[in-house]
Amino acid sequence: MALIEAERLEKRYPGTDFTAVAGIGFQVERGEAFGFLGPNGAGKSSTMRMLACVSQPSGGSLRILGENPVTHGRALRARLGVVPQDDALDLQLTVRENLIVYGLYFGLSLKHMRAKSTELLEFAQLADKAGERVEHLSGGMRRRLTIARSLVNDPEILLLDEPTTGLDPQARHILWDRLFRLKSVGVTLILTTHYMDEAEQLCDRLVIMDKGLIADEGTPRELIDRHVTREVLELRFPPGEQEQAAEKLGGDVEILPDRLLCYADDGDAVLARATELGLRPLTALVRRATLEDVFLRLTGRSLTD
Amino acid sequence: MIRALAYWLFRYRRTWQGTVVVSVANPLLFLLAIGAGLGSLVRGDVEGVSYLQFFAPGMLAAAAFQNAFIDAGFGVASARGRERVYQTAVATPLSPGEVMGGHLLFVALRVFVGALAFVVVMALFGLVSSAGTALALLLAATLTGVAPAAAVAAWAVTVTDFPRLNTVFRFVVMPMYLFSGTFFSVGQLPAALQTIMYALPLWHGADLCRSLALGTATPGMTLLHVAYLGVLGAVGVLIGRVTFRKVLHV
Repeated sequence: MALIEAERLEKRYPGTDFTAVAGIGFQVERGEAFGFLGPNGAGKSSTMRMLACVSQPSGGSLRILGENPVTHGRALRARLGVVPQDDALDLQLTVRENLIVYGLYFGLSLKHMRAKSTELLEFAQLADKAGERVEHLSGGMRRRLTIARSLVNDPEILLLDEPTTGLDPQARHILWDRLFRLKSVGVTLILTTHYMDEAEQLCDRLVIMDKGLIADEGTPRELIDRHVTREVLELRFPPGEQEQAAEKLGGDVEILPDRLLCYADDGDAVLARATELGLRPLTALVRRATLEDVFLRLTGRSLTD
Repeated sequence: MIRALAYWLFRYRRTWQGTVVVSVANPLLFLLAIGAGLGSLVRGDVEGVSYLQFFAPGMLAAAAFQNAFIDAGFGVASARGRERVYQTAVATPLSPGEVMGGHLLFVALRVFVGALAFVVVMALFGLVSSAGTALALLLAATLTGVAPAAAVAAWAVTVTDFPRLNTVFRFVVMPMYLFSGTFFSVGQLPAALQTIMYALPLWHGADLCRSLALGTATPGMTLLHVAYLGVLGAVGVLIGRVTFRKVLHV
């Protein structure tokens, strides 16, 4: 049995016509890292809130750990870990106190939490910050503390909403490493992101969401194979010459605001042909196709902010 | 509910000394300046007692009421808004109702500590006749604060626009503070205003505290005041359970 099963899941907010989630279905298996990818407003956060049992589905069915989150929300929340997008740590309390009070929310004893917080701070590489107020922590440290906090109850499922948004590259890599460790001990990870490299790094399987619906689902490799070619040739031209060049070149070409993307299994061959045709791009780059190409294809290139 | 209260106690650990100083200094200054200072200009008695004797229990009730509004109004709105205390708590097994209950218990504790400090200061001025009276005043003042606090919290959790709290404080709380029989008897107001003040919670709290302090309490009026405040508190909790759920489990 899947750990999470959703069918035709919907979310509408009362008093608005807005449908945040418009009928999605997916399953998450135990031990996997499952990702929701999508532009802002795609319905990722609404979905995550329903999975966290703090938001009632407006339609469809959702089962988490075999239970109905509406009727068993309290019991389910005891088995989940939640890492919200905005940390929501208590700035006035110390690092350790943040963990302790959160543990008390779960009904864990003060004595247990004193020991547990030490263990979690080790894991989050924050042991030397235990007595500091959260105010004085960097963004990366705060995020690691939030992850440590989400682990006080040894959750079976960890929900992470944009875990590395706003972090610098070093902080992101430290965080990814911690998440890999959790996965290796059997914690099921569910995360949202709009960083493609993060999705490729972390997710065994993912869905791409757009406008409240699932555009496609699969492993990163499957999605790349299904929607784009093996390689991509990126060409840059002076402003205004892109459209002409694209027309001349023909084939499977996407026009982005700043460059052309030519999808081909052999990028060098396309580049050779472009040169033969007399095209003189400012820069040319042949690279492997990535999830970002899939994402752009499935969710459109228009700005959704 | 106790689990949610524990959070507030952890925070209180850092600030309690400061709040206790304020809780003592406030009544001390008020009783000195208005009760003893301004009161010395009041000729003769007010309802058969000195102005200080008249004013102190009314001020006790009004201070409890005001403290409760600040804690339950501003405290709840920022816990839901900027600080996101509630959102963190409802991701755990705690229900929105428990989150509210824990915060209200903390408000009650704060009101109680404030009232305790006030009663101690009143005793220093020789305004409390016995330990029994002191205890009765303490409970009455706490009730005066806690009863409306539930309703205030039920409303404040829905407020995302902070200035609205200030507006209500200025145009609802302050008039009640001034005209509910705190500084002068409601009997001096025009009849229409009197009726309004009798319908509002602070008059019940002020009259309850004053009658207990002056030994003029009657079983009938005491029961009326306590019942009024009790019902207000219960209704506030019922509404709060709905609004907290609506806001926190969207």
